[in-house]
Amino acid sequence: MTLDDILASLFPNGSRIETTGAMISGQAILPDGGPIHVLGITQGQPLGVDEAIVLAGRVIEIVKSGDRTPILVLVDSASQRMSKRDELLGLSEYLSHLAKALLLAEAEGHRTVGLLYGGSAAGAFIATALATGTLVALPGAQPAVMDLPSMARVTKLSIDVLKAKAEATPVFAPGLDNMVMTGGIHVVWDNNAPLAPQLAAVLQRPQGQDDRGRLGAERGGRRKAAEIADRVVALATVSHQDAQHG
Amino acid sequence: MTEVAANNISLSWYEASARQRIDALVDSGSFAEFIGPELREMSPHLAIFDLPEQFDDGIVVGRGRLDGSPVLVATQEGRFMGGAFGEIHGAKLTGLLRAALALKQDILILFDTGGVRLQEANAGELAIAEIMRAIIEARCAGLNVVGLIGGRAGCYGGGSLIAGTCSRLIISEQGRLSVSGPEVIETNKGIEEFDSRDRALVWRTMGGKHRYLIGGADAFVDDEALAFRGAAIDALRDGRRCDMAVLEAEQARLERRLQRFGEAEDAVDIWRTLGIADPSDVPALPTGAFLRAANDRENADDAR
Repeated sequence: MTLDDILASLFPNGSRIETTGAMISGQAILPDGGPIHVLGITQGQPLGVDEAIVLAGRVIEIVKSGDRTPILVLVDSASQRMSKRDELLGLSEYLSHLAKALLLAEAEGHRTVGLLYGGSAAGAFIATALATGTLVALPGAQPAVMDLPSMARVTKLSIDVLKAKAEATPVFAPGLDNMVMTGGIHVVWDNNAPLAPQLAAVLQRPQGQDDRGRLGAERGGRRKAAEIADRVVALATVSHQDAQHG
Repeated sequence: MTEVAANNISLSWYEASARQRIDALVDSGSFAEFIGPELREMSPHLAIFDLPEQFDDGIVVGRGRLDGSPVLVATQEGRFMGGAFGEIHGAKLTGLLRAALALKQDILILFDTGGVRLQEANAGELAIAEIMRAIIEARCAGLNVVGLIGGRAGCYGGGSLIAGTCSRLIISEQGRLSVSGPEVIETNKGIEEFDSRDRALVWRTMGGKHRYLIGGADAFVDDEALAFRGAAIDALRDGRRCDMAVLEAEQARLERRLQRFGEAEDAVDIWRTLGIADPSDVPALPTGAFLRAANDRENADDAR
């Protein structure tokens, strides 16, 4: 689906959404008549300092307006921009700043939904899609940490060997199914059905805890993460009580 | 109240192991580990790649006291898989951050990481996202989350994004803070863009001095455990908020950085713009002289 097709299917009641370069920004009307903010990155572009600061600024503006309306983050990006200039200027701070803006928007009462409809990788994926309260995807989306050829170079294994290993586990290879299995993506939408009701269903989910670890365990892609995190919390709490009484 | 047992262990932070760092950082004898190596919670994924596991998966998490106050501490071992985040490694830190929120205790993260562990890349990437979320939840509850950067592996990739969510960062000259590593930039963009073998270029683009000068870190310390300990005690003394006002201030700070330095070709140009008299001398300056030269640096006081 093209971005225009997606927007048309999401917002049959109308939208005012502009694409400037690789940046998406605007507003739309939900089926129930309520407004929703839309922003994001498109055309498979990398996310660097210049893009991240614009997106974060937009999120902060929305939160300051005090309207508490949902925010939809559309993502079709490359990875973080890999350049001397971006790192010289402190790219990590810019990407974290964007992630923080999205996380704080949620804490301030905005529902945040990520829609991965193309590629995304590494730092760009973490700072956008993975910083939303609920991340959904369309079929054909391509989340990755690193592409297989680069992974082959770093791990010094051939692509064929990596592909064979990827058959046995969802834990390392790029791809939508693997990111679903490990709990990173809540649901993959049906692109043969209208998207508006599918978005409405996501917005009706109760807001709250980070349930990606639990999803990963249930789906078998990340069997240990939730259990280990829970055990640390339990041990810390018990040892705290011991320390208080001892 | 446990009696304060000061710590006077002297060692190079850069050379030390994760466990040596923790022993030197917190009050003597105060550290207790959660899910220690005796429980052998190892990565379930490295065997697929015929790689050796480590009993603690390259991270130590637990509680201790710092100058008498209870703190939670996580420390990464850069000598195991480059300190990279895998499923178990990441989940131990996620759990510790959630414990910090439950117990209302401050937390210290001793970074030493190349980022996501590629052999379990999806699990590592999600761990980074879960950790960042847990940090913001802890900070919104008024807790300090302090990052210490000065290990061999630096603080790269997803680790650098986690660092960006901390309330304060302490860095040494040896500490490197960057998303893409030198080799990654060179591989993707060519040696003309970045020569990863040019160590001086790496240090001045990603190293502790540059990060401190542009406001990417809050405290600059010697490569010495006692110095990190002192800076950590100071960092916990004053609380840092995490709300929209802080985020707005950070937006202004980062916009200003792009306006001021966005056209710079090299770190030396930035240092010159900051008003440092002999900018090309910065890498050679000892700590005292460097801190004096850094008097007009950009800082992030209430904007992180």
